[in-house]
Order: sequence, then C-alpha cells, then structure tokens
Amino acid sequence: MAKLMLGNQAVARGLFEAGVDVVSSYPGTPSTEITEFAAKYDEMHSEWAPNEKVACETAIGASIGGARAFCGMKHVGLNVAADPLFTASYTGVNGGLVIGVADDPGMHSSQNEQDSRHYAIAAKVPLVEPADSGECKDYTKMAYELSEKFDTPVILRLSTRVAHSQSAVAEEERISRDIGAYVKNAPKYVMMPAYAKPKHVFVEERTAKLKEYAEVCPFNRIEWGSRDIGIITSGVAYQYAREALGDGASYLKLGLINPLPEKLIKDFAAQVKKLYVIEELDDVIETHCRKIGLSPVGKELFTFIGEYSQSLIKEKLLGERDEFEEYGENVPVRPPVMCAGCPHRGLFYILKKLGVMVSGDIGCYTLGAAAPLSAMDTTVCMGASVSGLHGFNLARRGEYEGKAVAVIGDSTFIHSGITGLINIAYNATNSTVIVLDNSITGMTGHQNNPANGFNIKGDPASAVSIEAVARAVGIDRVTVVDPNDLKETERVIKEELAAAAPSLIITRRPCALLKSVKHKSPVKVDPDKCRSCKACMKIGCPAVSMSTGKAKIDPTLCVGCGLCGQMCKFDAISEG
Amino acid sequence: MQTKSIMIAGVGGQGTLLACRIIGTVLLEEGYDVKVSEVHGMSQRGGSVVTYIRYGDKVASPVIEKGQADMIISFEELEAARWLPYLKKGGKLITNTQQIEPMPVITGNAGYPKNIVENIRAKGIDITALDALSLALEAGTAKAVNVVLIGVVSKLFDFDVNIWEKALEACVPPKVLEVNKKAFELGRAVPAATR
Repeated sequence: MAKLMLGNQAVARGLFEAGVDVVSSYPGTPSTEITEFAAKYDEMHSEWAPNEKVACETAIGASIGGARAFCGMKHVGLNVAADPLFTASYTGVNGGLVIGVADDPGMHSSQNEQDSRHYAIAAKVPLVEPADSGECKDYTKMAYELSEKFDTPVILRLSTRVAHSQSAVAEEERISRDIGAYVKNAPKYVMMPAYAKPKHVFVEERTAKLKEYAEVCPFNRIEWGSRDIGIITSGVAYQYAREALGDGASYLKLGLINPLPEKLIKDFAAQVKKLYVIEELDDVIETHCRKIGLSPVGKELFTFIGEYSQSLIKEKLLGERDEFEEYGENVPVRPPVMCAGCPHRGLFYILKKLGVMVSGDIGCYTLGAAAPLSAMDTTVCMGASVSGLHGFNLARRGEYEGKAVAVIGDSTFIHSGITGLINIAYNATNSTVIVLDNSITGMTGHQNNPANGFNIKGDPASAVSIEAVARAVGIDRVTVVDPNDLKETERVIKEELAAAAPSLIITRRPCALLKSVKHKSPVKVDPDKCRSCKACMKIGCPAVSMSTGKAKIDPTLCVGCGLCGQMCKFDAISEG
Repeated sequence: MQTKSIMIAGVGGQGTLLACRIIGTVLLEEGYDVKVSEVHGMSQRGGSVVTYIRYGDKVASPVIEKGQADMIISFEELEAARWLPYLKKGGKLITNTQQIEPMPVITGNAGYPKNIVENIRAKGIDITALDALSLALEAGTAKAVNVVLIGVVSKLFDFDVNIWEKALEACVPPKVLEVNKKAFELGRAVPAATR
C-alpha cells in the first residue's frame, strides 16, 4: 500500500532502504524534514551538526570508514559545505556518499535564489534531480549505487515544490549491507599536491565515464506525444510542463543533470519540430544544449527569476490564460510576524527605542526588520551579523561603537557566530553582540541544537555554554538578561554599549511555541483605564489591536507574556 | 478523471498543513493519485499561508494557479478575499468567518475590509460561510478550527464517514484525538446552506 509522503520524507525512506548508516545535517528550509524523518529510523545514526561544513565532513569521514553516509542542507548551506565537497570529489568514496541539497526558487524562506546545479559542475560530481516523492526515494537509492560504482560523492538536488509536496510512495525493505573494510590508502585520501595531482586526472576520467553513462541512465527518459513541440526539462518544471501541455508535446525528462547526455539530447532534438528547454532558475541545461550545437528556446522566453507553473508555460507556449475573478477592493497584505509571546519582541522594541544600528542574521528574528519594529539594518548570511559588525565598526572608526549591535540566534551563533566573535576579541573592536537564546532552532520548525542540551532524538546531550565560549575567546563582559523584562534589557544594552570593551549579551527565554513553555491566561484590558494612547501597539504583537478606540486582546492568540502590560502607563492591561 | 484542485488558505499557525494531510489521506484511500503541496518556514509565522491538494487519475503539477481551484477552503475571512482569484469559474468557496487582523490593520495603515462574504456572494460565487471558531471552542480548543472545516467539507464528498475518521486518527496526535473528533462531528453537522 502506497503512502502519502513529503519529498523530504521519501528521501529519508530512500536512505533507510539504501542501508545508510550515518546522517549528519544542519536544518534549513526546505531540506529540514529529510533528517527529521531519518531520525525516526533507529537503524541509522542521525544527528544535527553545528553547521553544514561539519555535517558534510562527518558524512565524508563515515564514507571513508565504509558506511553509506548522507548530509542534508538547503542551497545556501552548500556554500558552507562547498570546501569539503570540492575535495571529496577528488578522494572519492569508500561507502556511498550523497549530499542532499534543497533549492528554494521563489525564496519562500531564503535570502537568495541560487541554483545548486552550478556546484555539481564546478566540483565535477554527478547530480540527480527527482520530480516527485516516488522519484525522491528511487533517486536516493540509485545515488548510492552511482556513488560506489563511479567512486564519487553524488548531489541529490530538490526544490521547494518537490521537497514540500506529498505524493504516493511504495515502501520497500531496507537492504542488508555490511560496513565495508577500511584500508589505509594515503594516495586516495590524503589530498596534498603529490597525491591530488593524479586524483584530478582520475576526476576527469570519471567525468568521461559518467558522460557515457548519462546516455543510458534510466533517469533520463523520453515521453513521446506530439512531435510539434519538444520539451527538455527536469524536476518540478517537468510536472508543470506535463500539466500545461499533456500529450500536446514530447518530453525529454532529465534526472541526471550532471553530466548531461549529448547523443540522447541531439536524437530527441532531431525528432521534434520546435525545441524548448524549461528549467527553473539558471540556464544550465540550455547552455549545455548550445554547447553541443543546438538552438533551443529557453531563457529568451522563460525567466531566471522565481518559480514556474503550469499557467506560465500555458501562457508562453499556447497563449492561453485561465479566467478568474478579482475581489476588487484592496486586500491588506498579511506578512509573517513574530508570534504572540515571542521572546525576540522585547529586545527589538528596545533596539528600536535606542535607535541603534542592528547588524542582523538568519532566523525568526530577521522578522525584527518588519514594521512596526523595523529594527534591523542588515541580513546577509549565517554568522554575518557578528563579523559584519566588526567590519562596520572598523569602517566607522569608533563613531558607531556605542550605537551598533549584532543580533544572532543561539543556533546561528553555534553555526558560524563564534569565529566572528573571536575576530572581535582578537582584532579588538569595541563591538556589542547580542545572542538571542530561545533554546531552539526556531525558524526551521524547532530542531534541537548543541546549545540547548538535547540531541535530535530529544535525549539529553552535552550543552555548549554560550557564556563560557564568549569568555574563552576573550570577551570579558558577558551578561544574561530576560528579554521580556523591558527595563532590565534596556539598562543592560545601554551599559554594554557605553562600556569601553567588547561585550556579549545573552537575551535568554525559550521560544513561546515550545511545548515545554507554559502559557499564562490571556491578558485583559480595562477599557475604563485605557486612554487609547496605542503604546501597547508599538511592540507589533499580532494579539493586540484597537477596537472602537480601545486596546483589544485576541484571546485565541495571546499567551499572557505581559509585554503589552509593561508598555501601558495607565495600568489598563492586567494578567488574565 | 480529470485532475481536481482544492486550495486551503489561512494564517500561519491555523493548522492548514494538518488539514491538507487529512484530506490528502482520504483521497489516497479512495484510490486517487494525490499531490499535496505545502510551504514551510518563514511564511508560516503568522503570514498568509496556502496549501494545495490535487487529485485525479494521474496528477502532474503539485500547485494551483489563478482560476484553477475547484474548491477553496479559507480558514479566515480576509484570506477568502485574498485568494478568490484562484477559484475556477463555477468553483466552490467555503470560509470561516473568523477575522484575524494582519499587521497593517493592527498598525492602522489599512482597514479590515467589511462585508467580505456578501461581496463575494454578490459576484454569483457559491460561498458557504460559518463561524468555525465557535464550533472549535465548543469542541474544546480554538486550535480545532481546521478539523471543524474538514467536517464541513466531508459532507461535500460522497465518501464513507469511516474513511474520514480513519484519516483523522492517522494524522492527529492521540492526545488531542477526542477533541478533534468532536470538532469534526460539529463541522459535519453544519447544514449545507449557512448564513
């Protein structure tokens, strides 16, 4: 009996069935659930690593040790893991090694829209791309066979609509597989120049063999329909094209994206009247087609930007549009906001009040950039808040040292904030770093991390002391404060900004959505005391609004954190 | 059978994902090919959220575009207006009349549109509106709005009620199963023509 599974869940099932032993990942939307589901299988060791580089190196080590190994990440995570990837391409594998990466066209939950396929080309490793959950499982299993047959890491690339769509998957048994022997082999695994030079020759020879394989790879298939239109496509773009054109076109659906076949594509092109390449993001397949002498219609018609859809393809190729009715009146937007009771809210209110420059980072707290708090100046990548603040303070030559802070979450600090903090201490800027410790990796849906004392299974684990790390790297001023205590938070930030030394402030309160956090009853407004001053609205809480001139609390949203009560000068808001 | 499309719209935190999984599980059990598409992460934090369910003999695309939904189930009134363009001509709209003010309304930069249900009905659109929040509270928790609406929707399909109950058991954590069963029954008991 087939089951509905997320693409990510099907990848995890594929890992299980392929006999994988070691899974090490860092959470990142839309890749997170691969590892969450993998952790449900006791037959595999699954873990959250501090960052993607560590995860990838852990998987490489496990592969060298003879296990089938996996690491998962989002597209920008592969930037962090790129260093080990490029050289693992040279060493090759012992047990099969697969790197799962999920791209986010349309940027549902990301800071950029990069196309991971470029990494496979640059690192000279095969890349496979499934188009639904069934393929997610099958391609995952096949990726291990490719990895071991061709002695190479393999990239499994998903996109949001494949990772986060559910479709039917048939479960099979886990293969029984012994851990292979480990034999010391320095020329294979020690990549110093003398050994790396012959390995580059090996990599080029491997690519030549993979090119031959691409011609017969079962993942590259032709579906014949009308030969007036020929579509070369892959991943979810294939599904959109199928939906839009049905049997009105023929399809070359590519599953192995690096290396791409030459003869197969040329043969297909020769049998259709008009050739199109339909691929989201960059023109990877199209460029290959041009390189082998074809002239398909691709990005001249389709965009480099955002997600595609059946509607887009119907409109571009057939000139057809579906009819629809607009509501007419202006519908107010509903942007994402910090949750009611979010411990980040108090901190960002104080930062706005103080008017400081805020060097931001990646996590729920990036929402501090949104109105009405609007208290964030920059967000680049994981860790950039801390190292970026150091650079900013160098540029302003002390002018901003009492007027700028970095904000970074607990998990992000462990991921890549510590090295930036070392730089602040070592190269001596008077910088103030705030770690927003909510005891969880929040934005990606509540994953434990090395600082919260629990492992991926929820079992107690060693916990990093953020205070001790700061002191150990040379930051002497370390303070912990409850961000729901507005007065104390303001006092501490002012004090640390004024101090003549670098400092670290930890705002510590667990995420309001954690099951372990007990909520209080919703707060109550006394309409007789309410002077309609709207001070309570300044914190941007979704549970607080104005109704007939008085403050109103939505009891279905309010968790009784009391922040709005601290804002009220007239004691109009009291505990429920 | 040609592929049919159901869209669920709501506010992050209202449980649209769970609703999609329950409906998807029922449709799979009924023998359809099913695709359910979700969005996780940033947009879930109190933002406008949509999920798609598509079913038929063989489903290709997991997403629904403007003018393509046979049915829209909206968990909040303003979201019904926002996602109306996605309804196919002749499609059915079911909405909860609960109003959750978005940040631009809270900060006073925009007003919450009035008479949304009436305005949509005036366009000749088949709309069912009900106060699912009150029914959820009657069942025991505001969080069961999603399952109340599933109860309402279940009446529109010619499937055995056991299949819905089985899907509920498969998708809902045991601790909250009883309250959700109650919510489902209250939703299922809502008469077809409400308001």
